[in-house]
Amino acid sequence: MKIRAQIGKVLNLDKCIGCHTCSVTCKNVWTSREGMEYAWFNNVETKPGVGYPKEWENQEVWNGGWVRKRNGRIVPKMGGKLRILAKIFANPDMPQIDDYYEPFTFDYEHLHNAPESQTPPTARPRSLISGERMDKVEWGPNWEEILGGEFSKRSKDVNFEEVEKDIYGQFENTFMMYLPRLCEHCLNPTCVAACPSGAIYKREEDGIVLIDQDKCRGWRMCVSGCPYKKIYYNWRSGKSEKCIFCYPRIEAGQPTVCSETCVGRIRYLGVLLYDADRIESAAAAEDPKDLYQAQLDIFLDPFDPEVIRQARADGVPQAWLDAAQRSPVYRMAMDWKVAFPLHPEYRTLPMVWYVPPLSPIQSAAEAGALGSEGLIPDVSQLRIPLRYLANMLTAGDEAPVKLALERMLAMRAYMRARHVDGRRELDALEQVGLTEADIEDMYQTMAIANYEDRFVIPTTHREYAEEAFDLRGECGFSFGDGCSGGGGKIDLFSHDVRVGPSAGGRSDKAAAGR
Amino acid sequence: MADWFHILVFGYYPYFAATVFLAGSLIRFDREQYTWRSGSSQLLRRRQLIWGSVLFHVGILLLFLGHFVGLLTPKEIYHAFGMSSGVKQVLAIVAGGLFGIVCFVGLTMLLHRRLFDPRIRATSSAMDIAILVLLWLQLVLGLASLPFSWAHREGGEVMVQLSLWAQKIVTFQADAAVYAAGVHWVYKAHIFLGLTIFLVFPFSRLVHIWSAPVGYLGRRGYQVVRTREGRRAA
Repeated sequence: MKIRAQIGKVLNLDKCIGCHTCSVTCKNVWTSREGMEYAWFNNVETKPGVGYPKEWENQEVWNGGWVRKRNGRIVPKMGGKLRILAKIFANPDMPQIDDYYEPFTFDYEHLHNAPESQTPPTARPRSLISGERMDKVEWGPNWEEILGGEFSKRSKDVNFEEVEKDIYGQFENTFMMYLPRLCEHCLNPTCVAACPSGAIYKREEDGIVLIDQDKCRGWRMCVSGCPYKKIYYNWRSGKSEKCIFCYPRIEAGQPTVCSETCVGRIRYLGVLLYDADRIESAAAAEDPKDLYQAQLDIFLDPFDPEVIRQARADGVPQAWLDAAQRSPVYRMAMDWKVAFPLHPEYRTLPMVWYVPPLSPIQSAAEAGALGSEGLIPDVSQLRIPLRYLANMLTAGDEAPVKLALERMLAMRAYMRARHVDGRRELDALEQVGLTEADIEDMYQTMAIANYEDRFVIPTTHREYAEEAFDLRGECGFSFGDGCSGGGGKIDLFSHDVRVGPSAGGRSDKAAAGR
Repeated sequence: MADWFHILVFGYYPYFAATVFLAGSLIRFDREQYTWRSGSSQLLRRRQLIWGSVLFHVGILLLFLGHFVGLLTPKEIYHAFGMSSGVKQVLAIVAGGLFGIVCFVGLTMLLHRRLFDPRIRATSSAMDIAILVLLWLQLVLGLASLPFSWAHREGGEVMVQLSLWAQKIVTFQADAAVYAAGVHWVYKAHIFLGLTIFLVFPFSRLVHIWSAPVGYLGRRGYQVVRTREGRRAA
């Protein structure tokens, strides 16, 4: 057993209102630069839909994630090392920017520079890549917002597998949910495995997956390897970039920007202890439906004295063990089993988990009464098909998702009975196998969701790891270029990386030249 | 005057180019590794790249290998294996012609894409375009030399001359320039441009060649974990 700790994350989709505050704050902090305009380390999709980039979940198209070979070992779906190298000159599994969207701005100046004319002036779109006028904006990072597109397009969503999807095209049966997405900081990341340069790595101390910007050579295999399509090739710098889990904040004990600014308070951060020696065997579980359980099995109980002893021996600091015992992520994933990994069938063992959303009871209106199993409504009657959620969260296994939804409904029934009727509703609890104390805890964590209950983040103990004296006079955070500003007029090594969001792109120049 | 110029180009210029090539690469790798990348533009336009890039890379790698072995193998070695200079010359013409055409098709596609695709053109640096043009001209000169080599196919005299020149250069012998004196101007131009490509190498995206990730094949397992001290975790 080799114990490592990771800061895991849970998103409570039941409370996501789709406001995109997470995406916008993340964009403003990290990707508001030339070459990364199209990249959203965090984006919010409306499901059902093909998503961003188009059809990212369809691994028949993009070949992301892992596959299990007949001999029981796993290899990246895009191929073993030799096959990956064979794709290095031209990578057939890589999306083109139009699969994300062509980034654009508008000719705003025209609104105040335009000469007198019969019709009011308009601000027309202009490409942020070529600087040329775009006739029409064809796609965007959020084109399907609130079911904006036609059903024929969004029904390509692979989560409809084994769902009679045609009836959900009818207005009365339509359903939707929001899915905020970011890098999963997987235990078994395919991006790391596919990187020929060895530039992508997982940090031992907190599990954050990062791309060494100096070592990245732009072979772009990681873009294909990642089944969540959460690695973005920066066309300006020629390097790949990804969500860094706001590690400068995490190291200081602060939540990531997307979590901090979430107005719905749906995001949770906490420590999970896991057995690093069992990653490969867990990821190689034979039946994809077993992958969810296999991942639960490698998470370790932070109260187990044997685990604590071994974790200390493996160098996990005491503050991290304390945090692991108070981890909201552990409770939701392990104790209450209401959180699930996104697409465990990719075999990456993702570490950003999701609480499935409840939805209105489908047939209530037409039947005149709610179908129910005791006090808890029948979750198979929910507007969002159970199978759809299961395809997204448990490789199609409906039972765990059903139990999670029932537990959330039981929590509601219990609290309503207590607050409205002033009685203790214990039948519902018994039905879902929870105690009153569990429900109180769940209510506190998931419904009230106080800041200190959502974010239990120990600071990184850098002082034990390195000699702070050697760090004096360093440049701090820079764009991978050490102390070199790279801003000089004469530039021997064609180094034209702009630091900061408003350094002025080509489009500005083009617009100014008109 | 002509002699002086000749010695400058074929006697001294190779060392100047090689010094800039090696020292420039080293300095860039050490000081500006963030700029060290292949510079792929596949994200912006897939069209013309898939075929263009594969044909170009396969062609040029084999051409490079052919030049490396062909120029630097002393004639005594292949004579000892029973291969005459004439046979080697024909082999070089056939292989070079074949891979040259493969490379030419790919490179022309890439150059056309870079110049005429609005996205690619707009995001290209001056050096991105210059290096493609240089390579294209070099390839045309190389292909143009084939008929002249064909004329010497019996004895392979030109090839022997040029490989002697190359061997003298890499072994630091002062009289190297003499051996490149008598050859047709097409060869001379080809050599000069080739040396120039070495000269601009560190200032272009060509530096990615140094980083060809063959070590990937030898990496144990698939995962990379870094500890805080910077060493790879077990």
